Amino acid sequence: MDVAQTLNKKLAIGWFTFTCSEDSTILFTELLNKHFDEWKKLIDFKHVKSLKTKNELKDLDVAFVEGAVSSKTQEEEVKKVRENAKYVVAIGQCACTGMPSASRNAFEDTDIDDRIRWYLEHFDYNKKVQKLEDVIKVDDKVEGCPMNTTKFLSVMDKYLNLFNII
Amino acid sequence: MHSGNITIENITKIEGSAGLDVTIENGKVIDVKFKIQDSRRFFTDAVKTKPFISAPSFLSRICGTCSVAHLFATIKAIENSQEIEVTEQTKTLRRLAYDALIIRDHALHLYFFVLPDLLGLDSILDIPDDHDNLGHTLLHDSFDIKQLGTDISEVVIGAAIHAPIPTIGGFLKLPDESKFPELLNRLEKIRPQVLRGIKAFYDYGASLEQDVDYVALRNENKFDFLEGTLISLDGRKIPPEKFLEHFDVVVVPYSQSEGYVFSDNHGNYVLGALARINLNKDQLNLKTIKDTKEFLSVFPSKNIYHNNLAQAIEILHCVDDAIDILKNLKIVDEKPIKKPLKAGVGIGVVEAPRGTLYHKAVIDEKGIVVDYDVIVPTSQNQIAIENDLKKYFNENLDKDEEKLKFDAESIIRAYDPCMSCATNFLKIDWIRK
Repeated sequence: MDVAQTLNKKLAIGWFTFTCSEDSTILFTELLNKHFDEWKKLIDFKHVKSLKTKNELKDLDVAFVEGAVSSKTQEEEVKKVRENAKYVVAIGQCACTGMPSASRNAFEDTDIDDRIRWYLEHFDYNKKVQKLEDVIKVDDKVEGCPMNTTKFLSVMDKYLNLFNII
Repeated sequence: MHSGNITIENITKIEGSAGLDVTIENGKVIDVKFKIQDSRRFFTDAVKTKPFISAPSFLSRICGTCSVAHLFATIKAIENSQEIEVTEQTKTLRRLAYDALIIRDHALHLYFFVLPDLLGLDSILDIPDDHDNLGHTLLHDSFDIKQLGTDISEVVIGAAIHAPIPTIGGFLKLPDESKFPELLNRLEKIRPQVLRGIKAFYDYGASLEQDVDYVALRNENKFDFLEGTLISLDGRKIPPEKFLEHFDVVVVPYSQSEGYVFSDNHGNYVLGALARINLNKDQLNLKTIKDTKEFLSVFPSKNIYHNNLAQAIEILHCVDDAIDILKNLKIVDEKPIKKPLKAGVGIGVVEAPRGTLYHKAVIDEKGIVVDYDVIVPTSQNQIAIENDLKKYFNENLDKDEEKLKFDAESIIRAYDPCMSCATNFLKIDWIRK
């Protein structure tokens, strides 16, 4: 048994979702079918809204961030995530490249009719949808729509090793 | 007596992002705002000018968890616009894929999101590692149930999320029949675990009744998520192509989603498993009916918490339906049906896990999408959710804030809302709320 296990140190993670279909969140919950018992021993799920109500955005080892950034509010939130996490991993195609959530970036003025304009003006949308890296520093990427689960599992292992959890 | 306003910034254990503001004055709830907060992605605009062949894959990205519902609704809308009639085998394989979707999607909602409410816990992470604990047993049942849904999806349509194999006119690749016996064996074995879940959600005991109507598809021949006429408890019969004539959209200024009401009396209605079981329980698989008689006796029900029980029963129905399909299915080699391109308008209405989903495609003579509309169930349930919350808060203001918030989240969760879906457009005249 190594030092981390002796001290019962767990990898403190957060899972955050911005503009997307949440497909990678669903895949993450699917991975729990096989990994729940193992991960519960190794991981402290500090901030995972899809799994719990009492979340804490503080002292995260790794933040997994799904989705593109499409508003001022989201921009502020991802910056807050970055400030509170040692590492940030972009999850899925929208976080890694912006697409397909950034489809509206290609709209011509003539495509933006009154109802689109109403929403864009009524809420705090940014002019352009951005990929995560455009807003904060990203340490790793798991691409795919939804995310590539093999890559995700290897990234998870990487950080479990890096923090001497396994 | 609780006197201050109540705010929940982020409702948890749901798909997507939503919040709640409750305004209380002189011991009375004067306003409830259920705010859908997911950002819009304007997919129904972005799909315009694309060839229709690319639309199903693109629009399945409206939602992660019910992507198969959007995929099939898009395919149906475009097939109808092109007057394409698919084969019986395609219909059967789509039904099997849909059974898999319902099994996985309902199990995620029931066991990951609702089960902690039933156990009085915050999260599945708080369930003790005790094999004699019911919560532990149910949670581990859910891993088997969800995984089975996913594995059936992978065999039939290539993936549970954003499936690559279904296409307009049929399937790009047919499933490997050699994988059916193992799936059949697992489906037979999972029944006792599914039944244990049904009993647990029957025993849940929470209650919130509201005098609303219920709407769902009904196929006169069988319990069906993919074909039928829309019916309601009060006797409405609405063919899918007349959908827009019967419902009005309501702008909810604080929400990224619109709401919906009946166009004639402006009454609100509820969609989803509760509506389907209320309206169609007589059509469930005979094995399901036989093994759930006691639980089915509560329907028709106006208790929104019974949406959880209805979903649990639908899981069993889909398990039994998938068993029947796999026992009889012999795959014959066939290619997707193709027809010369034509201009046309097509409607695709299906029952998504959380209720009736409407897609409308307008295609030009070159096969290009010129217009597209989507109406999703969570938007249609939005006003009923607010009304339920208003009723709950008015009757329970003597409780402390923590309890009020816990219960409010559990009410919202009972509807199984999906915010990723809810932020999509319909283009008709708005009624200001």
